[in-house]
Amino acid sequence: MNVFPVPASLDHQTVDELLDSAATSSEDHTLFDARHVRWIDPNGMVGLLVAGSVVGERHGGSPRLELPESADVLGYLSRMGFFRAAEGIFEFDGRVPRRASSPSDVLLEITPIRANEDVHGVIDQVQNRAGTVLASTLGYPATAVVPFSVILSEVCQNIIEHADGLGWVAAQSYNWAKRLGRHVVVISVMDVGRGFRGSLTDEHSARYGDRWGDTTALEAAFLHGLTRFPDSGRGQGIQQIRRQVQRWNGAITIRSGAARIAQVPEWDDSPPVVDDLEPCPGAQISIILPAVE
Amino acid sequence: MDRPPKGNGVEGIGDVLVDPVAIDVGSLVRKTVTSLYSHLVTRPTGRAVRMAIETQLSGAGVTSLSLIDLSEVTILDFSCADEVVAKLLQRYLGHDTPDAFFVFKGVSEPHRDQIQVVLERQALVAVAETEPGRFELLGAAADAEGRAWSTLEQRGLVEASDVEAAFPDSAARSGLDALVARRVAFRSETSGRYHALSRLVQHLL
Repeated sequence: MNVFPVPASLDHQTVDELLDSAATSSEDHTLFDARHVRWIDPNGMVGLLVAGSVVGERHGGSPRLELPESADVLGYLSRMGFFRAAEGIFEFDGRVPRRASSPSDVLLEITPIRANEDVHGVIDQVQNRAGTVLASTLGYPATAVVPFSVILSEVCQNIIEHADGLGWVAAQSYNWAKRLGRHVVVISVMDVGRGFRGSLTDEHSARYGDRWGDTTALEAAFLHGLTRFPDSGRGQGIQQIRRQVQRWNGAITIRSGAARIAQVPEWDDSPPVVDDLEPCPGAQISIILPAVE
Repeated sequence: MDRPPKGNGVEGIGDVLVDPVAIDVGSLVRKTVTSLYSHLVTRPTGRAVRMAIETQLSGAGVTSLSLIDLSEVTILDFSCADEVVAKLLQRYLGHDTPDAFFVFKGVSEPHRDQIQVVLERQALVAVAETEPGRFELLGAAADAEGRAWSTLEQRGLVEASDVEAAFPDSAARSGLDALVARRVAFRSETSGRYHALSRLVQHLL
């Protein structure tokens, strides 16, 4: 049996470790040991769903997830809708907490993205909460809810239009007092589809020749706005997301296959390109928006 | 679709043999998707709304002028802006298509960037009301086109005999003709007058 220890702090900085493990699983039975998880953000939660799906798809059946011992983490997972989203992906070792009936403080619970109706649901859902968080927590103008919603819409459509596979989105605000001295909003959008290289290969691989791979596919989409559609109106979603994230001094990273590409501000020391990851299906997008200084 | 009576009170447009119509996109969105809100998001939604607009225009005759009202739209994403603005304009710029002119209403700050981006990307231009009573030429306009449009917009209409006086340099006059070809200015076949589109839809605002 594979036993994957889930990092105690599972967020945008450590989720690659988890995805690499899932991408290299070799045994029929897998256990994700999350007992020692003390901190988890949307990237960690959605990353767990991706890792579980990858293992399940590869070996059949559902991997086991040993639940965190921390009641706080369990409660938070429940409030974020993790257990509902994870049904059918994991078998749980441990008692799944009931969902609280009181109103949640979550910006956007984990939401599956399968069809355009799901994108409409996400946009409807964030209107009230996002306006408050963006204005009072991040200090953005009151109108920021519109470009924030546009980012969510475009990034979720990326799953439907390009991934051809199931994906999830989630968002939450945090106080990064030690890490950054500011509040941030973290958005995670991940899928287990065909990835950027799979989406672009038929249309664009020839011009890259031997250089074609996960890194060049990410660069083609992320930096140059290439898309598999011949329509010149396509491919602007990611470009405009990058532009808006930059306006807000935020960070965006996309992992697909064995590569990760990033557009990061001065407060983030993530490398612009990483190309030695384990080949993981789909695409995993993280966006971090910091409060105004 | 609101179709006003002919002779709508705007002076000097008797030579414009078109009945402008107003199309409320917010209402079309609510009919297209089940939502409490008028969010114009996702490409299929934009495509459905564009097709609904095209259906409404299909009976409008050889020449039409439409006021596309985005005032009730809360969120407009790039995919929808591409479908409802850029592709709608492209659809009617072909040689074998009716002469359709469009003015976009309610292009307030939250929508403006998306529309500007998709127009520039497709090398298109559009007339938009960006604040009540204030019209702008959005998209990819050449300098001469921009100057010619501003002059025409300021004057409302220019008689054929006044063109040289209103547009003294030849570049601006070429720009004016380009605006007509790009369907952001109207030239009457009967009188030779040039009309600012904003003036032709004044009674619908």
